[in-house]
Amino acid sequence: MQQSIDFHHRVGSALHDPQIRSNFRQAMDGLMYKRQHSFPDADELLRLRLRSAEIRINALSRLPELLEQLETRCSENGIQVHWAETTEQANAIVLDIMNRHDAGMLIKGKSMVSEEMELNHYLEQHGVTCLESDLGEFIVQLAGEPPSHIVAPAIHKSRQQIARLFSEKFPEIPYSDDVDTLTRSAREILRRKFHAAPVGLSGVNFAVAETGTLCLVENEGNGRMCTTIPPVHIAVTGIEKVVEKLSDIPPLLSILPRSATGQHITTYFNMISSPRKPDERDGPQEVHLVLLDNGRSRIYQDEQLIATLRCIRCGACMNHCPVYARIGGHAYGSTIPGPIGSILEPQKAGLEQFGDLPTASTLCGACGAVCPVQIPIPNLLNRLRYERVRQDHTGATPGQGSQRNPWEARIWSSWRWMHANPWLYRLGTRVATGLRWLIPQRLGAWTRVRSAPRIAKKSLHTLARQKGFTHE
Amino acid sequence: MSLRTNYPGKPERVYFFGTCLIDLLYPEAGLAGMQLIQREGVQVIFPQNQTCCGQPAWNSGYRNEARSVALTQMQCFQQEFPIVVPSGSCAGMLREHYPEMFSGTPQHSAALAFSSRVYELTEFLTQVLRVKLEDLGKPVKVALHVSCSARREMGVSGAHQALLQQLKNVELLEPERKEECCGFGGTFAVKHAEISAAMVEEKANALLATGAETLVSGDCGCLMNITGNLNHRKRDLPGCHIATFLWERTNAAEH
Ligand code: SF4
Repeated sequence: MQQSIDFHHRVGSALHDPQIRSNFRQAMDGLMYKRQHSFPDADELLRLRLRSAEIRINALSRLPELLEQLETRCSENGIQVHWAETTEQANAIVLDIMNRHDAGMLIKGKSMVSEEMELNHYLEQHGVTCLESDLGEFIVQLAGEPPSHIVAPAIHKSRQQIARLFSEKFPEIPYSDDVDTLTRSAREILRRKFHAAPVGLSGVNFAVAETGTLCLVENEGNGRMCTTIPPVHIAVTGIEKVVEKLSDIPPLLSILPRSATGQHITTYFNMISSPRKPDERDGPQEVHLVLLDNGRSRIYQDEQLIATLRCIRCGACMNHCPVYARIGGHAYGSTIPGPIGSILEPQKAGLEQFGDLPTASTLCGACGAVCPVQIPIPNLLNRLRYERVRQDHTGATPGQGSQRNPWEARIWSSWRWMHANPWLYRLGTRVATGLRWLIPQRLGAWTRVRSAPRIAKKSLHTLARQKGFTHE
Repeated sequence: MSLRTNYPGKPERVYFFGTCLIDLLYPEAGLAGMQLIQREGVQVIFPQNQTCCGQPAWNSGYRNEARSVALTQMQCFQQEFPIVVPSGSCAGMLREHYPEMFSGTPQHSAALAFSSRVYELTEFLTQVLRVKLEDLGKPVKVALHVSCSARREMGVSGAHQALLQQLKNVELLEPERKEECCGFGGTFAVKHAEISAAMVEEKANALLATGAETLVSGDCGCLMNITGNLNHRKRDLPGCHIATFLWERTNAAEH
C-alpha cells in the first residue's frame, strides 16, 4: 500500500500549498472560460463531438488494418517506420538513430509519449543531451520537474516563479517577470540551439493512414522548427493516434484547440508527409516514425475500456476536473494526470501502482461532459474501481484485484446482506431511529470538516405507512 | 447517456423510490415529494420492501453486492407505473446504470424496462404533471445547488429552476462556479477526505457569498455535505431538499 500512502502524501502537500492552489485554480478557470466561449452554439458543439467521436471510434475499430496502411504509406513516402512494444524498445530505437548520426544533442518539441518513455532521462544516461523547445516544457526541464498538465506543462508555476527560475539558471539575463520578456529570453536561448541540433523530435497529434501524413498541432513554431531544421526528424507516438483518412482531420482540428485552449485554430498546424525531396530546399533528410504500444493493444482488447484510446489529448477533462484543479498534476504521480490519466495510467502501468487514481474522483461527470470525443470517463473510472477489487482474474487490466482489502470487502458484504433483505433493512432503520441519540458526533474523516448527520425520529418507511401511502 | 425528451401524460398511479439517505436522514423530503405528487390527483405507492439503489457498492467496485441489492429493488416495482425518485443521483443510478449493471445477464431486459420508467422528482413534476405552484410564503432569497448527477446525468437542472421560479416570493441567487461538484462523491468523502474537504469548503463559501437565506438542493448527499460543513463552521445558512421547500411554501396547512 506504499503507492497509496505516497499518493495521499502528494495530495496533502498540494492541498496545503497556497501557491499551487491558486496557480491551478486561476489557470483552470481561465481555460474553462475560454473553452466555453469558443463554442457559442451548443448544438454545433454536440454535432462536432459526435462526429469526432465517430472518427476515433471508426479508427480504433480498424486499428490493426489502419496501422498497416499507415506503415505502407509512410514507407512509400520515405518515412521510416519503427514499432516498439515497450518504452525500453522505443528508447533504444531513438538512441540507435542518434548513434547512427553521431548525434550528441536532441532538440524536442512537445511530446507526451516521450514523457511516457522517460526519453530524456534515458538519453542523458547514454550521453545525449535533450533540449525541450516548447516553452512550458523548457521551463519544467529547467526546474527539473515533470509536466503537470498535458497541454500546459508548466501551468503549476506562476509568472513570478518562472522569472525567479530564469534568473537563477541564466544569471546573465536581467530579471523580469514580464511574460513577453521571459518568452523572448527563452526564444533567444532556443533559437541558437535549433541550428546546432543534428536531430529533432516531435510528437504526433494524428497520423493519417490513407496518406501517411503526420499531423502536428502547436502554437509556438518550435514544433515546425524541430521537424524541419535538423537534418533528422524523429516522430514518436502511440499506436492509437492513427485516423483513417485525410478528411477526418478537419473536424478533429476544429474541436481540439477549442477544447484545449479555446483557440479556434492553433498558430501552427504541420502536416509532415515525407523527408526532403530532391527538388526541395529545406526539410530533414530523414524522417522516422516510432509507434509505441506500451499496453495500448491490451486496452484495445476490452470492449468498454477501448474508449480510453479515443483520447486526442486536449486536456479539457483536467481543466474541468474539480479534483485536478485542487491537487494539480504532480499529485497524480503519473505521466498523464487528471481524469484521462486516472483511467489510462492504471491500465498501462497496472493497478498496483495506480490503484488509487480511479477512486480520486467524485464521478461528477464534468470530464465526460466536455470530452471532445465523448469518452465516458466516469463510467471507465467506475469500471476500474471494479477491476481494482475484483477477484475472478479474468480481465486484462494488470494488477486486477490488487487493491482488494478484506476489511472493506466484509463491509460491503454486510451492506449487501442488510440491503438485499428488506425485513432486515427495516429492522435496522428502526433500531437506528430508535437509538439515534447514540450516534457518535465524531465520525472519522467526515466530521473533521462537517458536523455529523442527524438521524430522523421516524424513517420514510414509517412515515409513509402512517400517512396511509399504500405499499403496493 | 440519453436524456429523455418524450414524456407521457399524467398517470393514475406512481411508485415512489425514497432513497436510503432520505429514509434515514431526510424523511420529510420524501414525504413532501409524495405529497406534491398526490396533490395533483395521482396515487402514490411506496413499496415497503425498497432499500437502496445500490450505488454505494456499485461506485466502490463491488458489483456483485450492488447487483443483488438492485435486484431486490427491481422486485418491488414490478407493475408498469412510473417510478419517481427525489434524487438526481439515485435516479441516475436506476436509470443510467442498471442496464449496464445487468448487461450480459438474464435480467438485462428487465433492467432496461425498469430504468425506462424512472423519473427524477422535479423532472416528473414539471414534464409529466406540469404542476402549477402558488407561493404562500414570505419573500426569501434562495441559493440552489444542483447535484452533478441531476445536472449532467439526468439533465434536470432546468426543472429544478423552473419549479423555484414559479414561486413569486422566491428570489433565486446563483453561486459562483455553480456547476462545480460539492465534493461529496459518496465514499470519496472518506477515502479522499482532504480533497473532499477542500471542495466542500469552497462550495459552501460560494453559497454563503450569494447572501441567500436558504440553500435548496435536489440531492440529500450534497445537502448533508454542504450543510454539514456550514454547521461545523457555525455559518448560518440552513438547507433543505427542494421537495421540502416546495411543499412548505405551497401547502395551505403550513401557513
Ligand atoms: S479524455 Fe477527452 S477531454 Fe480528456 S484529454 Fe482526452 S480527449 Fe481531451
